[in-house]
Amino acid sequence: MIIETDGLAKRYGRADALVDLTMRVDAGEVFGFLGPNGAGKTTAVKLLLGLARPTRGRGSVLGAPLGDRATRRRIGYLPELFRYQPWLHAREVVELHGRLIGGGIDRSRQAVDRILEEVGLADRADDLVGGFSKGMQQRLGLGVALLGAPTLIVLDEPTSALDPVGRADVRTIIRRAREAGSTIFLNSHLLTEVERVCDRVAIVDRGRVLADGRLDDLLGAPAVRIRVTDLPPPAKVALERFGRVAAGEDDWLTISGIEPDSVPDAVAAIAGAGGRVHAVDAGRATLEERYMELIGRAESA
Amino acid sequence: MSNVLVIARLTVAEAVRRRIVWVLAGLTLLSVALTTWGVERLVSLARAGQTTDLEIQLGVSQVLILVAFMFSLVLAMTAAFLGAPAIASDLESGVAHAILARPIRRADLIVGRWLGLVVVVVLYAAASGLLEVVAVGFVSGYTPPQPLIAVGFLAAQAVVLLTLSILLSTRLPAIAAGAICVVAFGLGWMAGVFAGIGRFFDAGPLVTAAEASRWLLPSDGLWRGAIYGLEPPGVVLLTLGPTGTAAQANPFFAPTLPPAQFIAWSVVWIAIVLALAVASFARRDL
Repeated sequence: MIIETDGLAKRYGRADALVDLTMRVDAGEVFGFLGPNGAGKTTAVKLLLGLARPTRGRGSVLGAPLGDRATRRRIGYLPELFRYQPWLHAREVVELHGRLIGGGIDRSRQAVDRILEEVGLADRADDLVGGFSKGMQQRLGLGVALLGAPTLIVLDEPTSALDPVGRADVRTIIRRAREAGSTIFLNSHLLTEVERVCDRVAIVDRGRVLADGRLDDLLGAPAVRIRVTDLPPPAKVALERFGRVAAGEDDWLTISGIEPDSVPDAVAAIAGAGGRVHAVDAGRATLEERYMELIGRAESA
Repeated sequence: MSNVLVIARLTVAEAVRRRIVWVLAGLTLLSVALTTWGVERLVSLARAGQTTDLEIQLGVSQVLILVAFMFSLVLAMTAAFLGAPAIASDLESGVAHAILARPIRRADLIVGRWLGLVVVVVLYAAASGLLEVVAVGFVSGYTPPQPLIAVGFLAAQAVVLLTLSILLSTRLPAIAAGAICVVAFGLGWMAGVFAGIGRFFDAGPLVTAAEASRWLLPSDGLWRGAIYGLEPPGVVLLTLGPTGTAAQANPFFAPTLPPAQFIAWSVVWIAIVLALAVASFARRDL
């Protein structure tokens, strides 16, 4: 077990940042920690790394209590606020973190160059960080997080400042790190990002885990997407007998958990209630739909 | 290399790379050049007017003390505004989060930052103070009896304010921490003045309050040590006569070195405030 938490909570003054975080992350997986802004994702990361102390609950990282100093030698971390000393060269930032990790980490010029090359900064190694764009600083932070092939890599919104090419690079880096034996904890609100690289996902909102599991399990239930207009609200409620109903953008309705044989009945029910059906797309839910459904349900509760 | 030394070295490198050291060096050279030119003019005029060497020495020593006061103010401001952002700005920018996620104690960060800034401040105090003494000695012929003691006390005063600003920096924004330190420095100096005046008028409660504040923040007491190191022994002997009490009300005069207990307390004070900074930062959620 790489990460295990049980009822972890964090309160800042009168505000609950995290209410009841119970989850586990297994070795060798890419774990997506998903949630809207303010869901408590960064707070959870800070508790895992010992940057903040839980108000209650307990947890362990790499078998040690939260915040254990020696354990941090085996953890790489890209903070949400990725800022590095602007007066250092990129190479010096990597060397500095190598020194802080200690324990025989390879800080040779070749090792540092290798890291910077991996994150696409090979030709900027001797440039001042202060002259870097946000995207380049985030790449540098990613390199720092990869330093020393850590057992656990915690990435807090790792693509927030990157362009599409940069995002694709990060996905490649994550996959490579997993192949090299690292476990990755990916904190993000970018659903497509998570959907593409994660093995398991936890969806959090208001400091609670709403759902977690393998992506296949979370999205596995059959679903149908129907683009419909003029559907009276009571008829929408009546559709609940076919499965979980979630309204999406552009007049799309998703009915999750519906039996494939019942799809024509659902369409007939909509038409019978006066709804105008424009399109029907049978398949399984996307992560976005599942996410919206869970978040929407939590908000209406 | 221990994490404390890694952070201390990083702090010194920051002061150099961010041109703080170079700006201070430039301002020091400018200040020394201007004050030395001023002293040279005064001495030339005095010699032309048949002033005795003893009188010139007395005059130069007083000018030197005033210049030292200017340096003490610059040092205090430098210490306050170097220490104040040391922790607060790194937390606001997020630089500290990446560092503290490494296997490093929070105490290592505080002590490392403190140590690095102490090196900068002490070297600055030594270089600027000794350069001034040498330059003034060159043009006037007067060299204070104990310049190293004077520089040592000036540096110690700066370290006191630096340590206070680092403590405040663990909880307050940089600007607030720096401002509090500068105000504390000013109040400490005024308390020293009030203590002297209070003694002259035999105003017991005023002296007690002023003395207490001197122990609460030892910067002014240490400043008196710097003055003592710059005074010619003759001045001390003369003013310790019948007018001694009145002379002690002068904020630019010190009849003796600060007592050994006070010097020891200053060291303990620095250690306590640094320990408080470590404790305060250890308990803080980042």
